[in-house]
Amino acid sequence: MPVQKRKEDLNILEKLYIPEIVKGMALTLKNMFRPNVTMQYPEVRFEPPSSYRGRPVLVQEKNGTERCVACGLCSRVCPALAIEVQASETELEKERYPQKFEINMLRCIFCGFCEEVCPEEAIVMSKDYELVFKNRKDAIFGKDKLLVQVDNLKDRLEFLRKFK
Amino acid sequence: MPMLTVDGKQIEFKQGQTVIEAARAAGIDIPHFCWHPSLSVSGNCRVCLVEIEKMPKLAISCSTYAMDGMVVYTKSEKTLQARSAVMEFILINHPLDCPICDEAGECKLQEYAYAHGSGESHFEEIKVRKEKRVQLGPNIKFDGDRCIMCSRCIRFSDEIAKQNQLTFIKRGDKVTITTFPGESFDNPYTLNTTDICPVGALTNQDFRFKSRVWEMSKTNSVCVGCSRGCNTEVWVRNNQILRLTPRQNNDVNSYWMCDNGRLNTFKNVNAENRINGTFIRKEGELEKVSWEEALKVAAKSLKDYKSGEIAFIGSAFTTCEDNFALVKFAKSLGVVNIDFVNHTVQGDQDDILIREDKTPNTLGAELSGVRSGSNGLSVEGMMKAIKEGKIKALYVMEDDVASLNEEYEKILSKLELLIVHSANENKTTTLADIVFPASTYAEKNGTFVNFQGRVQRIRPAVATEEMDRALDGMKMSRWDKFGTKFDRWMQGLKYDSKPSWKIFTMLSTYLGGKTKYEMAEDVFIDLTHSVDSFKGLDYDTIGEQGVLLKIKQTVTV
Ligand code: SF4
Ligand code: SF4
Ligand code: SF4
Ligand code: SF4
Repeated sequence: MPVQKRKEDLNILEKLYIPEIVKGMALTLKNMFRPNVTMQYPEVRFEPPSSYRGRPVLVQEKNGTERCVACGLCSRVCPALAIEVQASETELEKERYPQKFEINMLRCIFCGFCEEVCPEEAIVMSKDYELVFKNRKDAIFGKDKLLVQVDNLKDRLEFLRKFK
Repeated sequence: MPMLTVDGKQIEFKQGQTVIEAARAAGIDIPHFCWHPSLSVSGNCRVCLVEIEKMPKLAISCSTYAMDGMVVYTKSEKTLQARSAVMEFILINHPLDCPICDEAGECKLQEYAYAHGSGESHFEEIKVRKEKRVQLGPNIKFDGDRCIMCSRCIRFSDEIAKQNQLTFIKRGDKVTITTFPGESFDNPYTLNTTDICPVGALTNQDFRFKSRVWEMSKTNSVCVGCSRGCNTEVWVRNNQILRLTPRQNNDVNSYWMCDNGRLNTFKNVNAENRINGTFIRKEGELEKVSWEEALKVAAKSLKDYKSGEIAFIGSAFTTCEDNFALVKFAKSLGVVNIDFVNHTVQGDQDDILIREDKTPNTLGAELSGVRSGSNGLSVEGMMKAIKEGKIKALYVMEDDVASLNEEYEKILSKLELLIVHSANENKTTTLADIVFPASTYAEKNGTFVNFQGRVQRIRPAVATEEMDRALDGMKMSRWDKFGTKFDRWMQGLKYDSKPSWKIFTMLSTYLGGKTKYEMAEDVFIDLTHSVDSFKGLDYDTIGEQGVLLKIKQTVTV
């Protein structure tokens, strides 16, 4: 932060004001020709990079089943106690699946721990940042809202392979 | 006493103890999978290898007898290396199944892999696969992949359950566990193998995938399945019991409990037919009313009868406190006809744990005075007197008298007034005029006296409407600790019920009584003052393992 000068400390050029005003105008002028970064949300939407941590979602395989094996590790690690998982038995090879999987989006702090701990790469942070609800109940996302096709999560999964 | 040195510590031991036993008695834990304090020594897992001076090679501490002057190292370089090598060896074919394995969180293999494993494996080949999800018996699923061939389950069936039902088959890395051809693993104690199996190879069919173990709270309690009173732990999540496991008590049940007790003594707590709130019969139908109204009506109707026209039936299913409160209440009304029903199943017992008496507190009920003997009528006598119209009002606490036989059911419908405490709907409650909701054994404090005369404590594991986990000092899981009233798991089902002693206390105030019990322990202290066998006891002295009562004479108080 520039040190604020007292009036008596100003040098002669500064006391004249005019050069300082010109400096300021120059800065304004320079910025007038720089590209525009403000987005006209919601007409224009921000497309985050793959490192972005939007709301956590569950990966849905091509055959429609979830990857999750309901191990409950995400639920255990979640510092905000946002995740509730209820396991149940399935005939599939993975033996168990989440009969219930709920994330309370009012609790979630987007830390990404759930994604980091998951042994199956079944829960990942998406690019979705638009979260609006009118009451507490709507803020609890069940499997219907959490499941996202694996094709739509390619970016993030690749990012995880590279950097996790 | 002979002495040996373990890790530089001098410890005494008894002749005939093995090194692992001597060390354990002195509080030094030597890692082990196949060794179990109450099973024979098998010595196959090799994790308990220790270095002993003057021995050419490392020795397994579970089958090496302690000798005077022996010097043992359980943490020396050589020992640690060997232990880590054994861990690596055991893990060669063990699948990386922890995320889908019920044992995770209480798995010996998992713990030792963290503590003693190197974290890497030299083995790069494909793991041997075996059968998964094998139904070994009615209550047990077996996962061949996970088994580490410790043989604990086999030795348990042979030595403790006394039924030779399991065996190893095949050889080398193909070894697996199975029952004999055409047989099923179905003795009355099978589920204990799920507790002692050091890995998740044997899983409890009833509990399978219901919850991760770290999500539940566990509360020390006592099984109500029979008069053995096996010590148990009650595992609760979202205010719901998910499983029971045995708790060690060498004087009662050692490390074990029977499958019936484990599976069938908690389901009624969250059953559909729980009685939730007080009910009064109005125009022929039971109708839910406020506690105040029910208590008022009950007090008023009891006043309508002479003391000789009233009888009380207590219960060996419930605590000493409840029975003692019943006796006090009955006596305050001048009633002498007090008795309870015995529930014995002739022949259904063994010399392991199971007892013929299917109630947890017969002795306790007798000692609390719920059997007036020659002074009053027995249950049979009461039934006769009701039939003859001599007894017009009956008060039944936590027993389904109407289901005992059809005749009783008919007789009970003759009553002018039937007041019932019950946790679940049953034939007696459908006949009742007033029903009070009783808390189950999992929802209250209290004591049971088992067949040996050992008084043991139960504690609330499930909260009723009037309780609060934190304020009432109940055991809490992480979810309970950090939940708010907006979280769904905090909104788990709570019933509007009270322990019977409390209902009697409330009712007595409507009848001008002076008994002022605030907590179950107040009732118990009062009991210790009135009954000699309990003299000097309180909840703290009973503790986790119970206290043997000095019973001079049983029956009649
Ligand atoms: S991102 Fe963090 S706070 Fe949100 S659900 Fe995952 S672990 Fe919990
Ligand atoms: S950590 Fe992964 S596999 Fe386990 S419950 Fe969470 S999402 Fe499912
Ligand atoms: S099933 Fe369990 S107890 Fe039985 S041998 Fe295998 S690991 Fe041991
Ligand atoms: S032996 Fe009796 S007390 Fe022990 S677990 Fe079985 S039923 Fe319960």
